[in-house]
Amino acid sequence: MVTQFQHIVCDPTKCVGCGYCELICAMTKHQVFDPSLSRIRNVRIEPIVMLSVSCRMCNDAPCVLACPRNALTQDPEKGIIRVDEDKCDGCGWCIEACDFGAIVLNPNTKRVEMCDLCADLGEPQCVLYCEKDALSLSAPEVVAQKTRREVVSKLLQELVSGS
Amino acid sequence: MYWGKILHIDVSERKTHVQYVDEEWLRKYVGGVCMASRLAYDNIPVGADPLGPENALCFANSVFSGTIVPVGTKYAVATKSPETGFLGDCLAGSYFAAAMKRAGYDGIVVKGKADRPIWIFIDDDAVYFNDAADLWGMETFPTEEAIRAKVGDERVRACTIGPAGERLVRFANLTNDRGRQAGRTGPGAVMGSKLIKAIAIRGTKPVKVADPQDLLAMSQKLAELAQTTKTEKYRILGTPANVLNMNRLGILPTRNYQQGEFEGAEKISGEYMHEHYTEKAVACAGCPIACEQVTHVKEGEFKGARTSVDYESLYALGSNCGVDSMAAIIAAIERCDLYGMDTLSTGVTISWAMECFQRGILTKEDFDGLEPVWGNGKAVVELVRKIAYREGIGDLLAEGVKRAAAKVGRGSEHFAMHVKGLECCGYDARGMQTFAVGCAVGTRGPCHNRSLAYEPDAKGEVDRLKAGPERGKLAKGTEDFAGVFDIMMFCKFIRGCFKDIWSEIPQLYTYTTGFAMTPDDLRQLTERSWNIKKAFNIRHGWTMKDDWLPPRWLKDPLPSGGSKGAYVKEDDLRMMIQSYYEARGWTPEGMIPKEKLISLGLDDIAEDIGV
Repeated sequence: MVTQFQHIVCDPTKCVGCGYCELICAMTKHQVFDPSLSRIRNVRIEPIVMLSVSCRMCNDAPCVLACPRNALTQDPEKGIIRVDEDKCDGCGWCIEACDFGAIVLNPNTKRVEMCDLCADLGEPQCVLYCEKDALSLSAPEVVAQKTRREVVSKLLQELVSGS
Repeated sequence: MYWGKILHIDVSERKTHVQYVDEEWLRKYVGGVCMASRLAYDNIPVGADPLGPENALCFANSVFSGTIVPVGTKYAVATKSPETGFLGDCLAGSYFAAAMKRAGYDGIVVKGKADRPIWIFIDDDAVYFNDAADLWGMETFPTEEAIRAKVGDERVRACTIGPAGERLVRFANLTNDRGRQAGRTGPGAVMGSKLIKAIAIRGTKPVKVADPQDLLAMSQKLAELAQTTKTEKYRILGTPANVLNMNRLGILPTRNYQQGEFEGAEKISGEYMHEHYTEKAVACAGCPIACEQVTHVKEGEFKGARTSVDYESLYALGSNCGVDSMAAIIAAIERCDLYGMDTLSTGVTISWAMECFQRGILTKEDFDGLEPVWGNGKAVVELVRKIAYREGIGDLLAEGVKRAAAKVGRGSEHFAMHVKGLECCGYDARGMQTFAVGCAVGTRGPCHNRSLAYEPDAKGEVDRLKAGPERGKLAKGTEDFAGVFDIMMFCKFIRGCFKDIWSEIPQLYTYTTGFAMTPDDLRQLTERSWNIKKAFNIRHGWTMKDDWLPPRWLKDPLPSGGSKGAYVKEDDLRMMIQSYYEARGWTPEGMIPKEKLISLGLDDIAEDIGV
């Protein structure tokens, strides 16, 4: 599937598995430290695989298509998926449809939640609080550009530095 | 935050009850080592056999567990140590502590003995006693993974024992989150004696704090400071950075403390490891430092070994066994981790056996054909296995160096490096005379982490090669400083990020709990904690002769290097111990006056043991 919207990108070489992103997300959204309410989840496969996963703002998002009650809509400009709390009944079809496990069922409200990039606060708080700079707000094309530049710079280091 | 709940589990009866504790109690014992020690004092009867059903494993959480307060997600566990017969208080970090908090408990006390191997599952408010027949025999981390698979929920965290704990190896530890251990003094043997393979927890409750905005702001500042030069050592090389420093000072324990410098130091240094073996630095839960250096051996006879490496493991299984092969050391550490044994005590016990071999006290036959000459890494790895399974000579070594030397005799007691039965740690006290008194008086034995008395020596604040009457007071001061971290449960690697722990830590405590705490309260708290620990020991038979050092440190001068000629003079040690007792307000016999205990609010303990 094509992805072009900006979303939270995690660099596994920088992520140390501390779980700050989960704590800050739950605090921002629900004023408690509770990873079960976090819309970003840190996956830790010992000993060294660590990566945080959140909504990737897919084009033609499968979660939106899957919802039998049309409770999910996608912002055409930013790609953010919005949940209509009156329509959502927590059935979980969207959770199963998501390829990334990025949708959370809030056990208290029985409604689904996903990353909205902290749109009301101007910037995603997990990115702000990630001390290892493992998280960034980015899009695949931007990541690819950066990777290409890095790899070419490395290959042709002498030419780049002029030495 | 506090729940005001201590969960009591009796595995003999398969019964549980919740002890409700009020604000006064919580503010008095706060958490971590202080709360765990109080629970141990209250729940372990005098005369209890450390490996008998009456001993208890007393867990106490950090008040900060599960919050965003940096490096504050940790737990303490106190028990009567099968190595020392005194209080064994251990700390470990990461997600197990967060799970305990989210299950709704400030502490957990486990006693009794199961009728067959079990694993305990604390599922929020419910407690299940599950049959562990299929888990018994498994290594530590695979046990945790197996339990997660059984429950089918990644949120389940477990603290486990491996084959070493099952076989009551006296220095077996508790392991959680793969690489985190309540490591020293043998809590794994205690859990094994109760036939408990694991304590698993699923906590799903939200953690609330009194003042989230201020707590976030202060935590973020600390986390940012933790990215600066103040933690650089830990982030880049981790504690293995110590190898070359200790070698320069001539106090890198080498060949069972026969030397203080190691010709192979470069090859087992943090720098060498970083270049050739480190895969990645990873973090405990809620830690912005990330010191855990995960290494991987990619070729050779130890190919595939993969584990995290700290200085203490590196010296104990490396220089102290004369081993300069980083690959062999990594393999030995990985084995210890998976069998669930303290790498320090394992290394120091093996090095004692190697010196016995060197001196002909033990022979090739005693080692079942192994030739444990200094530097034989392969033999070290094999001895680690033999200890875990109590096979051949491993059965002797699994008793720890004090008991092994008492059994073998023939002069081997002279170089059995322990205090109170706990094996010595990674700084040769002959070249650090403040630390020498810290090692002698330590309530759990010689411990860099509890004492921190090596700091004035290492920083050059005092002449480290000479004793002095002020050293006891200095050692008391560093113990109190360390105590703050062990009670409030901050990892000490963040200590450089605080300007003034006595004001900043009470602030974080108030933001988290809503309870006021002044700098004086904190000073009194750490005093209270040390006095409870000492009171436990007195009650369980401590006398002044237990505060002493191994003969080698008192008789054998270091032969070469940066501390050449140094040893601890007995008169100096007596003087420093007296100055320590005096600084603590204890009697010249090291007993605690009644008034001292009453001034700390410990009236009942004053009745029990005060003089």
